[in-house]
Amino acid sequence: MIRDITIGQYYQTKSVIHRLDPRVKLLGTLLFIIALFSYKNPLGYALGIAFMCMVIKLSHVPVKFITKGLKGIMMIMCITVVINLFLTAGTPLISFWKITITYEGLAMAVTMIIRLILLIMGSSIVTLTTTPNNLTDGLEKGLGFMKVFHVPVGDVAMMMSIALRFIPILLEETDRIMKAQLARGADFENGNLVKRAKALVPVLVPLFVSAFRRAGDLAMAMEARCYRGGDGRTKMKPLVYKKRDAVAYIILFAFMVLSIFLGRWSVITGFFNNIYLNILK
Amino acid sequence: MPLILDHVCQVYNADTEMSVRALDDVSLIIPEGQFIGVIGHTGSGKSTLIQHLNGLILPTSGSVYYNGQDITDKDFDRKELRKHVGLVFQYPEHQLFETDVFTDVCFGPKNIGMSKKEAELAAFDALRKVGFPDDLYYASVFELSGGQKRRAAVAGVLAMKPDFLILDEPTAGLDPVGRYEILDMVSELHRTAGITIILVSHSMEDVAMYVERVIVMDKGRVAYDDVPREVFSHSEELEKMGLSIPEPSKIARQLIKAGLNVDPGVLTSGEAADSIYKALMYR
Repeated sequence: MIRDITIGQYYQTKSVIHRLDPRVKLLGTLLFIIALFSYKNPLGYALGIAFMCMVIKLSHVPVKFITKGLKGIMMIMCITVVINLFLTAGTPLISFWKITITYEGLAMAVTMIIRLILLIMGSSIVTLTTTPNNLTDGLEKGLGFMKVFHVPVGDVAMMMSIALRFIPILLEETDRIMKAQLARGADFENGNLVKRAKALVPVLVPLFVSAFRRAGDLAMAMEARCYRGGDGRTKMKPLVYKKRDAVAYIILFAFMVLSIFLGRWSVITGFFNNIYLNILK
Repeated sequence: MPLILDHVCQVYNADTEMSVRALDDVSLIIPEGQFIGVIGHTGSGKSTLIQHLNGLILPTSGSVYYNGQDITDKDFDRKELRKHVGLVFQYPEHQLFETDVFTDVCFGPKNIGMSKKEAELAAFDALRKVGFPDDLYYASVFELSGGQKRRAAVAGVLAMKPDFLILDEPTAGLDPVGRYEILDMVSELHRTAGITIILVSHSMEDVAMYVERVIVMDKGRVAYDDVPREVFSHSEELEKMGLSIPEPSKIARQLIKAGLNVDPGVLTSGEAADSIYKALMYR
């Protein structure tokens, strides 16, 4: 049940995407998200979906594994759809009783759902193909310039990697505690909302206790090994750009250019039309 | 009513590269009243096996029967099954959550529909059976020592008055004194309350002294299922599975190799001492 959440998990296999420099993947995700939110027409979304499919295909991660992660946000997606569908003003499509569905609402709902799915898939593919260690290295190096503004990049990266590392551990722990309480006759599936919320107390209390215990142990272990903050730490395997990373950057650049041209076509044509009209005047 | 496992298979992460065959065609009959030890190396499928017995995991293929009913049936009441088959997980103290010990022990009995009074009586009875100190009944669970916490957690399951009691590595992380205290307590429960006990362990010594039947798991299969004496006579095969035979048996075997006429089936240090004494006397 709880193992269905795949966000933050690493899927071990061999692929080009796995071998890419984490900086490429991080920047790629950022650009992908920006592109997603800039699209103004269906063509753009088609491009986004195509790009996503290509990355998934290259990553050798089973599609089932990625879509499993979407189950967790099903609720949020449903709420988004309902709100957009019923509460967007515009030309009515169907109307019954007090509810009206508009064209704009339908379009909005579909767009939002595609955006959300691509967003979750895009970010989970990074964690699925990158070990937490690698991800942190990428963040630390990629955001190194922030040190100029006195941002403790190293410490933040360490915190991130610990947080990521703890997600699967805590999920496993939750699973174990839930089973232990099930064995003691607990019931998480039946009853009304209040009853079910109450049934979670026997899971949450031990989970928090164990999270604190683990955090304490980890802090002790880090201090025992003389951890004193991120500054000046050297790496056993420093990140070095390879040829494939350059290729990936080129593909990303091409994707961005295409995104701008296809996804914002009407905006661009409108802009040029305006200039044209202005010149004519 | 016996528990029956019929050709049970369990595959984790099927259809992925991480696919693991945790149980491979396991068939077992567990009659009431026995004291059974399940041993196996880490990852041999012991923990998976016992979770099938109270329906926490359902088999990928095969069936588990209790009381003549297939527990994999959709309309089977697994909560009812868990009333009869109590399972104490590894490090059970991590499941304690109430403000005091007594309330926590009452959690199980209340869940299975006992009234407040019945639950409290059951909790009191269980705490006494596990030998929990009287003056700590209302102490916070965080004030207890490791051994006390473990007793409280075992009591939490025992209070549900199960017919079967499964304990997953009940001695893990305890000092030698605490280990034998817990094992003696479990053995006492078997003797006086007549509860069927299934004791999971990777330590041969724990198992050899107490149980009447040993099930050895290896790579998801049942490697041996016999009385301890018989099982431990396969010392070389056991060692290949990453298991070692009890220390007294090992010494007896070495003495036999050295030409002394010692009984090869000794399990405890007492038996070994007797046997060596006899061998030396009648040499």
